[in-house]
Amino acid sequence: MPKRTDINSILVIGSGPIVIGQAAEFDYAGTQACIALKEEGYKVILVNSNPATIMTDTEIADVVYIEPLTLEFVSRIIRKERPDAIVPTLGGQTGLNLAVELAKSGVLDECGVEILGTKLSAIEQAEDRDLFRSLMNELGEPVPESEIVHNVEESLQFVQTVGYPVIVRPAFTLGGTGGGICHNEEELIETVQSGLKYSPVTQCLLEKSIAGFKEIEYEVMRDSNDNAIVVCNMENIDPVGVHTGDSIVVAPSQTLSDREYQMLRNTSLKIIRALGIEGGCNVQLALDPYSFQYYIIEVNPRVSRSSALASKATGYPIAKLAAKIAVGLTLDEMMNPITGKTYASFEPALDYIVTKIPRWPFDKFDSAKRNLGTQMKATGEVMAIGRTFEESLLKAIRSLEAGVYHLALNDGAEIENDLLEKRIRNAGDERLFYIGEALGRGYSIDTIHEWSQIDLFFLHKMEKIVKFEKVIRENHFDIEVGRKAKEMGFSDKTLAEAWNSTELMVYQWRKENGIIPVYKMVDTCAAEFESETPYYYGSYEEENESIVTEKKSVVVLGSGPIRIGQGIEFDYSTVHAVWAIKEAGYEAIIINSNPETVSTDFSISDKLYFEPLTIEDVMHIIDLEQPEGVVVQFGGQTAINLASKLVERGVRILGTSLENIDGAEDRDKFEHALSQLNIPQPKGKTALSVEEAVKIAASIGYPVLVRPSYVLGGRAMEIVYHEEELLHYMKNAVKINPEHPVLIDRYLTGKEIEIDAISDGKSVLIPGIMEHIERAGVHSGDSIAVYPTQSITAEIKEKLVDYTERLAKGLGIIGLLNIQYVVSKGEVFVIEVNPRSSRTVPFLSKITKVPMAKIATKVILGQSIEEQGYESGLVPEKSGVYVKVPVFSFAKLRRVDITLGPEMKSTGEVMGKDTTLEKALYKGLVASGMKIQPFGTVLMTVADKDKEESLQLAKRFAAIGFRIMATSGTAEALKSVGIPVQVVDKIGTKGPDLLDVIRNGDAQFVINTLTKGKQPARDGFRIRRESVENGIPCLTSLDTAEAMLRVLESMTFSAEPMGEQTPVREAVFQ
Amino acid sequence: MKRQLILEDGSVLLGEGFGSEKETIGEVVFNTGMTGYQEILSDPSYCGQIVTLTYPLIGNYGINRDDFESITPAISGFIVKEIADFPSNWRNEISLSEFFKSKDIPGIAGIDTRKLTRIIRKYGTLKGAICSVDEDVQGVLERLRETTLGNDQVKQVSTKNAYPSPGRGKRVVLVDFGMKHGILRELNNRDCDVLVVPYNVTAEEILRLSPDGVMLSNGPGDPKDVTEGIEMIQGILGKVPLFGICLGHQLFALACGANTEKMKFGHRGSNHPVKDLLTGKVALTSQNHGYAVEEASIETTRLEVTHIALNDSSIEGLKHKDFPAFTVQYHPEASPGPEDANYLFDQFMSLIESEESGANKCQSVQI
Repeated sequence: MPKRTDINSILVIGSGPIVIGQAAEFDYAGTQACIALKEEGYKVILVNSNPATIMTDTEIADVVYIEPLTLEFVSRIIRKERPDAIVPTLGGQTGLNLAVELAKSGVLDECGVEILGTKLSAIEQAEDRDLFRSLMNELGEPVPESEIVHNVEESLQFVQTVGYPVIVRPAFTLGGTGGGICHNEEELIETVQSGLKYSPVTQCLLEKSIAGFKEIEYEVMRDSNDNAIVVCNMENIDPVGVHTGDSIVVAPSQTLSDREYQMLRNTSLKIIRALGIEGGCNVQLALDPYSFQYYIIEVNPRVSRSSALASKATGYPIAKLAAKIAVGLTLDEMMNPITGKTYASFEPALDYIVTKIPRWPFDKFDSAKRNLGTQMKATGEVMAIGRTFEESLLKAIRSLEAGVYHLALNDGAEIENDLLEKRIRNAGDERLFYIGEALGRGYSIDTIHEWSQIDLFFLHKMEKIVKFEKVIRENHFDIEVGRKAKEMGFSDKTLAEAWNSTELMVYQWRKENGIIPVYKMVDTCAAEFESETPYYYGSYEEENESIVTEKKSVVVLGSGPIRIGQGIEFDYSTVHAVWAIKEAGYEAIIINSNPETVSTDFSISDKLYFEPLTIEDVMHIIDLEQPEGVVVQFGGQTAINLASKLVERGVRILGTSLENIDGAEDRDKFEHALSQLNIPQPKGKTALSVEEAVKIAASIGYPVLVRPSYVLGGRAMEIVYHEEELLHYMKNAVKINPEHPVLIDRYLTGKEIEIDAISDGKSVLIPGIMEHIERAGVHSGDSIAVYPTQSITAEIKEKLVDYTERLAKGLGIIGLLNIQYVVSKGEVFVIEVNPRSSRTVPFLSKITKVPMAKIATKVILGQSIEEQGYESGLVPEKSGVYVKVPVFSFAKLRRVDITLGPEMKSTGEVMGKDTTLEKALYKGLVASGMKIQPFGTVLMTVADKDKEESLQLAKRFAAIGFRIMATSGTAEALKSVGIPVQVVDKIGTKGPDLLDVIRNGDAQFVINTLTKGKQPARDGFRIRRESVENGIPCLTSLDTAEAMLRVLESMTFSAEPMGEQTPVREAVFQ
Repeated sequence: MKRQLILEDGSVLLGEGFGSEKETIGEVVFNTGMTGYQEILSDPSYCGQIVTLTYPLIGNYGINRDDFESITPAISGFIVKEIADFPSNWRNEISLSEFFKSKDIPGIAGIDTRKLTRIIRKYGTLKGAICSVDEDVQGVLERLRETTLGNDQVKQVSTKNAYPSPGRGKRVVLVDFGMKHGILRELNNRDCDVLVVPYNVTAEEILRLSPDGVMLSNGPGDPKDVTEGIEMIQGILGKVPLFGICLGHQLFALACGANTEKMKFGHRGSNHPVKDLLTGKVALTSQNHGYAVEEASIETTRLEVTHIALNDSSIEGLKHKDFPAFTVQYHPEASPGPEDANYLFDQFMSLIESEESGANKCQSVQI
C-alpha cells in the first residue's frame, strides 16, 4: 500500500528524561522515526523535554519543541501547530501514556489530529490488565491466574485462592515501578500499598508466580495489510522473576527446539494480529522448561528497550520501519535497509550469538537493595556479539566497564559458601560472577541450577569457561591454548593474570603468533545475500570481511553503557563528532558497546564496530584500520581512560594530547599549571595515607571536600565537617594508598559556575556561561543549571572568560573542555577542568546554536575556530532563560538516600525554557516530574546549620498561604520569629508522626536537609524515602527549595491586607 | 579427531570430526534456519547433500523422539561451527554427535561456516568432501571433480511399498518422492484417509485407489530425473484434485509443459518471504529447494503463477487454469520453520470438497 498522502504534518512525542526503565533507546528509536518520516516527505514536529538527545537537534525534525511532556504543554503545541497526525508509539511508556491522555482530554479530536500506527484501542487493550486478560481468554492464550485489585483486602482474598508467591504489577507504570514478588503477607501488604500509589489508575495486577519458567521475548512487527513478522526472539538467562530489563539476555533463543520456537512465534503473531498493532510490538512469554505449557506475560504495543536491542542484535531497524508502517507503507514494499537488496518483510537470520548484560547503578548507591525482581533497576546495558556463547558472554562482561574482565568476582575467595549460595538463589546484579565463583569451587551445575533455575545449557557453558581457566593457568603462552582461550572470549587481562604477565605482553605475543580476530558483518541474513552495511563484530575465526578502504579514517570511541555520571549526553557528542569527521572528508569509524544508542545505529558512521571499549578490542580495530588517529574526548571518561594505553601502543590521539589530558586530570600537575597561570583554586592537597589526610584537613580547615582522584560523576566524594567524619570516610568510602590517593580540598560555599569551551590553541570559543542554582557542594550533574547567568557581575564574567581562555591555552587543550568554578565572596576559584566533552554540551549547543561537538571535532582535525567562522571569546548571550533540571530515579531504588551532595545521583535531565527564570524553572521542574501544588502544606525538618537560612524560606511560604509543619526543633525557631507553625511528632512517637503526615498526603512539599550519618535508620533518611515513595517533592537543598518557592511566588498573586508593606522578593542569588 | 572439509573450488577448511569417521562426498548447501536442525537433517530432500547450518551453535536442545521428518536421515554430511556437547531440553534423548555416530553419518565442527556460506554464495552450490586430515588434498580434489553426483535420490528415499495411514475423512493418495513426515501429519490432522505410495506409481494405479485428492510430496534432486512422476501427473491431471509441494510442484510444472532450472545456491531456510499475488499478503515460509520453475517457460502453458518469492521474484506457487490443481515450491507443513502457510492444506481440503459437490468438475478454485 502506498504511503498516506492525505496527511502532511506529524507530531512525534519523545520519551523525556533518562530514568531507570527508559533510557537512550528511545532517542535511537525517535531519531530513526523522525528521519524516516522526513524521508517520506512529511513535516515532522517533535516534542521532547530532554535536551541531551539527538532527536531534539533541529536537523532531525522540521520543528523541535523542548517542552515538558505534560498534557498542558503538549496540548498547547498541538493547538499551535495543528498537526494532521500523531505517532504515539515511539516515545516509550511516557509517550504512550501522554498520547492516551491527549486523546482522552479531547484535544486530538478538537484539532482533528489522527493517531497513526497502532490505534488507541489496541494500546489500551494491551496495557489495561483487565482488557488484556479478556482478550487472551478470547484467543485461548494462557495467562497466569491473576486478578486486578484496587485495595489490600482484595489482594489478600486472591492469595487465599492461589497461594504464595504472587507477583504484584501496578497498572500503567514504567519499568514495573512499585511491583515485586511477594512470599508472605507482610511483603504483600507493603507492595500492594505502594503499587496502588504508583498506578495512575490505582490498580494492581496480582498474578500467580511462574518464577523459574524460561522467559522468552518475541519482537514482532505488523503492517496495515496484516503482514506480520518476527524480527528476533530472545531468551533471558535469568528465568521468569527478574525484570527483563534486569536480565541477562541472549539472542536468538538457545534452548528452544523448533517446535517450541514456532509455537511461541504463532502465539506472538496471533496476539499482534488480534490487537491490530501497526508497527512494532514486544511479546513476553514464559515457557515451562519441562513441557509445552506456556503463558503470556506481557505485551508492549510500542517500540521498547527490547526492540532497540533486537534492532542492534539483528541489524533490522524496527523503529524506522514502524514509523513507515504508521504512514501506511507495508513490509513487502519496503527494502531491508541493511542489505539494500531484499525486502523488509522477512525474518532476520543470525549467524552469531548476542548477549546483553544490564549495567546497574549499585557502584554509586552502596546502600541500595541489590537484589533483582520485577522492578527494573539497571540504568543501561551492554551488548556483545560472538560466534560462540562463551565469546559473546565474556565480551559482554568486559564491556560493562565495572572493573571485571572475566566470569569471576574480584575478591571471590573471601566469600563464605553460605553467602555464595544465597547470592545465587536470590538474583542480584552480581549473580553471574557468584556463579563463576561457585563453579570454580567445584559446585556442580545441577546444584547451581537448583539454586538459580538457570538453564543447564548456560551453566554448562559457564562451567566450560571456568574449567578452561585451569588449562590456561597450566599452559603459559601455549599457542593452541591461547588461541582456544581467545575463541572462548577470554580477555588478555585474564590471560595475563593467569600467566603472571601483562596485558600488553599477551597482546604482543598474540600478534606475533597470529592470534588476532577477524571482523564479521551483521547483515540480517546470515550471509545469504550480499550486504553493504558496514556493521561489524570481532571474532576469532578465519575470514575477515571488514575491508579497509583507501580513504583516510578517524576512529571515535563511544562511551559504553549508560550509567549515572555518564549518560546519553556523551553519545550525543559522539554522534556529532562522527558527522563532523564525515563532513571533513574522512571515513568515520565508531567503536561502542551500547545497543541503546544512536551512535550504534549502523547508518550513522561509515563503519560501526560493535565491540567492548577495552584496550585490546580497540587496538585490534586500530591495527586493522590504521586510522589517522583516535578521538577520545567525546566518549566520556571511558574513552579518556583508554588514552594512555593507546599512546603506549603507539596510537595517535587526535585533539588534546595525552600529556595535556593528564595535565588537567592529574592533581599535582594541575595544581602546578594553575599556579603558573596564576589562577586560584580552593586550597587542597593530595593525601596518600589516613594520617596525612587528617593533617591536611586540619591545616586547610573544615569543612573539607574529600574524594579519590580520577573519578567520574563525583563518585565517593563527600563534604566532611570534622575529623571524626573524615576518619569514618577514610575507613568506609575509599581505599587509600600511594596508588589511590585521596584529594582533600577546602569546601567553599559559593555560587557554582560551569563553562564549556572549545580551543584550537590560539582561539577559545566560549558558547556560554551557566550558573548553578544549588551552591557548590552539590554535584554539577545534580544541580539546576541556568543559562544565561542571573546573578554574577560583568566583572566576574570577564574574569571567568579570561580564566577560561588562559586555562584552555595553558593546559594545551585542542578541542573541548569543561570547567567548573566557584564564585565565593567576589573571588573566582577553579574547581576542576575536564579536558573532554561534558554533560552540558548538548544543552548549551541547543541554546546557543553553536554546534560545539562539531566545531571541536573539526578543530581536532586541524581546522581553526576562525576558519570555521567563529570568533574567540564569549558568544553574545541569547535571549530567554534556559534551565537544566536533573531527574532522579529514586522511586526505583529502594533504600537509596536522595540527599544531594558531591556524588552524582541523577540519571537524566530536562530543559525548561521561557522568557523569565520563574517560568523556565516552572517548566523544568514540571518536566522533571515534580508535582507543583500552588497551595497546601510544607513540612520542614532542617539541620541546625541551616535553620537561620530556612527561616526566610518559611516566611515566604507562609506569605503565599502555605501552612508550615515542622518538628519541634525547627518549629521553635520558626515560632521565635513569628511564623505560624504546626508541630509534628518525631518518628516513633505514639500519635501521627512525620511519616504519617507524608503517607497521608498532608504535605505537598518536604524540605529536609541533611544531618550527618547516612545510615538508613536515621529519621531524615526515612523522611526522604517516604517522600519519594509517596511521590511528594522532597527538597534536600535550600537552594532548590528557594527556586521552587520562587516559582510558586510567581504563580501566586500576593495576598496582603491594606496598610502592610507588600514584601519585596528577596533575590535568589546572593 | 581433526578432519577437513575440501571444496571443489580448492578451499580447505579444518575442523573437528563428529559422528561417522568415513569419508563423504556430496553437494554442499547451506540452510539459514536458527532452529530445526533435527528436522533438517532428517528431511529426505537433502539426500546426497552435505548441509551446513549458518547458525553457529547446533545441537543445543539435543535430539528428541518426535521431531524427525523421516526415519532414516538421507543427508551425506553435516557442517557446523559448534556442536553442543551438553544439550539441554526436556525432550532431549541423545546428543547430536551420538546420533550421527549411531546413524553412521559424518559431520565436522569448528568450521567458519560464515566463510563457507560466502563461498557458496559466490561460487554457487558446489561439491565437497569431509575426510581425514591425513588425506592428500590434491587427491581428494581430483576425486571430487571426477565424481558425478547421483540422479536417483528419489528412488533412494521414496518408500518401496505403499502403506496406509488410515482416517475417516477424505481419501488422499500421497505420492512419496522423499516425503517429510510433516505432510502426512498435516493430512492426518485433517482426518484424511491417506495412502502413501512410491514415487514410481502410475496414474492408473492411483486412480484405481479412487482418491478424493492426490498430494505430491517434496523430494530430493533434479525434477527432470523423475520422469515416472511427470508421466503420472499427466495421467491424473484433471481427474482428481492435486496439491504439490516442492519437488511435487516442480514435477507438476514439468508435467504441464513448463521448464525447471537449477538455481545458483537455492533457497534453504526458515525465513523466506513469499507473496500471494492474489491477496498481496506475505507469508514467511520454510524452504529447501535447489531448482525452480523457469518463469519464461510458463507463458506457453495453462499454468498461472500464484506466489512469488519476494526477494528474487522466483516462482513459488502455481495453479492450473483449467484443472483443480495447485502447487507450492515451499513447505506449508513447516517443521522446521514458520507455519504461516499451513492454511494451504485447508485449501486443498476445500478444493477436494468443491470438486465433489462439483457442479463443474474442472472448475479451478481460487487459491
